[in-house]
Amino acid sequence: MSHGIDASAKATSIGSLELHALSLRRHILRMAERVGQGYVGQGLGIADLLAVLYSREMKYDPKNLAWLDRDRFLLSIGHYSIGLYAALAEAGVIPVDELDTYGADQSRLEMSGSEITPGFEMTGGSLGHGLGQAVGMALGVRLDKKASRIFNLLSDGELQEGSTWEAAMAAAHHRLDHLFAFIDCNNQQADGPPGQVLNVEPVQEKWKAFGWDTQRINGNDIHAIVDAIDAAKENSGKPHAIILDTLMGKGVRTFEERDKNHFIRVEPDEWRLAREQLEEYAQPRHRGSA
Amino acid sequence: MSISKSKSGVTGNILSSHVDGAERTATAPFGQALIREAEANPRIVGLTADLGKYTDIHLFASRFPERFFQLGMAEQNLIGAAAGLARTGFVPFATTYCVFATRRAYDFIAIGAALGSANVKIIAGLPGLTTGYGGTHQGIEDLALMRSIPNLVVIDPCDATELGQVVSAIARYEGPVYMRLLRGEVPVVLDPDTYQFEIGKAKLLCEGTDVAIISTGLMTARALKAVSQLNSSGVSAALLHVSTLKPFDIEVVLALVKRIPRVVTAENHFTTGGLASAVADAIVDAGMAVQLKRVGIPNCFCESGSIPYLVRRYRMDSEDIANAASELMRGTARRE
Ligand SMILES: Cc1ncc(C[n+]2csc(CCOP(=O)(O)OP(=O)(O)O)c2C)c(N)n1
Ligand SMILES: [Mg+2]
Repeated sequence: MSHGIDASAKATSIGSLELHALSLRRHILRMAERVGQGYVGQGLGIADLLAVLYSREMKYDPKNLAWLDRDRFLLSIGHYSIGLYAALAEAGVIPVDELDTYGADQSRLEMSGSEITPGFEMTGGSLGHGLGQAVGMALGVRLDKKASRIFNLLSDGELQEGSTWEAAMAAAHHRLDHLFAFIDCNNQQADGPPGQVLNVEPVQEKWKAFGWDTQRINGNDIHAIVDAIDAAKENSGKPHAIILDTLMGKGVRTFEERDKNHFIRVEPDEWRLAREQLEEYAQPRHRGSA
Repeated sequence: MSISKSKSGVTGNILSSHVDGAERTATAPFGQALIREAEANPRIVGLTADLGKYTDIHLFASRFPERFFQLGMAEQNLIGAAAGLARTGFVPFATTYCVFATRRAYDFIAIGAALGSANVKIIAGLPGLTTGYGGTHQGIEDLALMRSIPNLVVIDPCDATELGQVVSAIARYEGPVYMRLLRGEVPVVLDPDTYQFEIGKAKLLCEGTDVAIISTGLMTARALKAVSQLNSSGVSAALLHVSTLKPFDIEVVLALVKRIPRVVTAENHFTTGGLASAVADAIVDAGMAVQLKRVGIPNCFCESGSIPYLVRRYRMDSEDIANAASELMRGTARRE
């Protein structure tokens, strides 16, 4: 018997989604402060999407991760694990206390996440794996006549891997309209902004040309994320690409404003300021749509 | 949680290098050497797949912007384009990490670079346990994969001294090469006044009579320490450094093994498919009876974590080499 939780029953109002995203950001800061460095910018940038998926959109059971009817979230970009750990802790999949072991020897919460962590449906991090596995899962659940949906988060850098486009072509050909790809366009990759490294634009036109239903939105606007997912669900016959323009470090002004970098080191005394700035951002008047 | 929360046991910055307690280091020896070679040879070009800053080729890129090609995170195309450049008479040095070069772009290396012996130099970072990022980033079987490709020269340098010499040698060598890269702050272990790298030549670094240590890559630095540890406990250890895994210097290896039939191999790689396997093949083919102990990574995907933790966890330190040698000595003593 299924006993899954329909996340939509838990948190529907935009205000509560924003509070959820804020909790994720607090967790992310705490984890990053402990290791003093890392992918805090990516985590803060994608917290809004993760909040919507894990507290509104996705069907899953934190007590029964193997539930066959669940929706699946695939993190291609293993280095974004800091964000997913926060989401999984809030969702009750992993203990909140365990977040303190992020990046530590013998911890399940690796800097570049993998399926050793409960709630990780696959191992990302070697970039360009997510969408292919998402296609396979989408074919699999359809064959099993499940109502499950597959959500894949990929990055702008990942658009340069050929495997991404092999999967994109397959998803459209097989009309996988229960497959949703979120592309985090944070305008950053290891050697700099994609525009300087290797141009990926026009992103939306590319997905459209590959036969996908496409939207491009502000990925730090919870309202826009909710609307985009709702609109995508109305559109059948094609897989859905939702392109998110996000700001690395969103919610912490110094991180938002500093020189963007794939991997940042933050001095010990900067963390207090970062925490203060996040609490400032937490005031409703500073948050986008509240 | 029982897991240590102290910062010492935290997975390091993906950019940082672990200098393994070295007294002297050199900064970005690969980038420096490539610039030197490129100043003399205008046909040298550089390429990367979104890992310029992380493989020290960014130095070449700022010195020779017109001869540098950033291909984005696309490793198959990185090797394909390098092969194309080679076929138009250039000498391409293409950088990424071991795992992405060898796993993702394997077919492109085999067919694009090796089959027709295109003059491609593949420079591959984060060999073995030089990153704490777990199964996705640790190049633990790359030597096995690359050794099995015909025509490809495979090199695992020990330190900054040798790395610079390798770059200079392979820039002059006509044909495909796979070189493991140590990046950032790299230990200086070998003396540039006395050590000279040659493609395909193993070098005897220490003379000894009781036990023969055969090592490659950064494990040679740890093997040197093991030799002193052994010496001080009265065991005379010879040390042969085999930085070219392919072509393999069978002659020199067999000559040593014949003299000292107690061998410890040490590599920053699986103990199968790499150095130990090459040594074992040579021994068996020559019909010799030799005791062999292998120090290296067991056949598993390794954990994430700090480098010192991983080195301990997988028994990759100088003590582990010395212990393997001592065990061989004890075994011999029992039989005698
Ligand atoms: C196949 C592969 N190639 C290279 C890398 C090394 N790498 C890790 S993250 C990264 C940048 C990828 O771009 P993106 O995810 O957009 O970076 P971010 O926005 O986090 O800076 C690269 C090249 C990798 N992990 N996988
Ligand atoms: Mg990016």
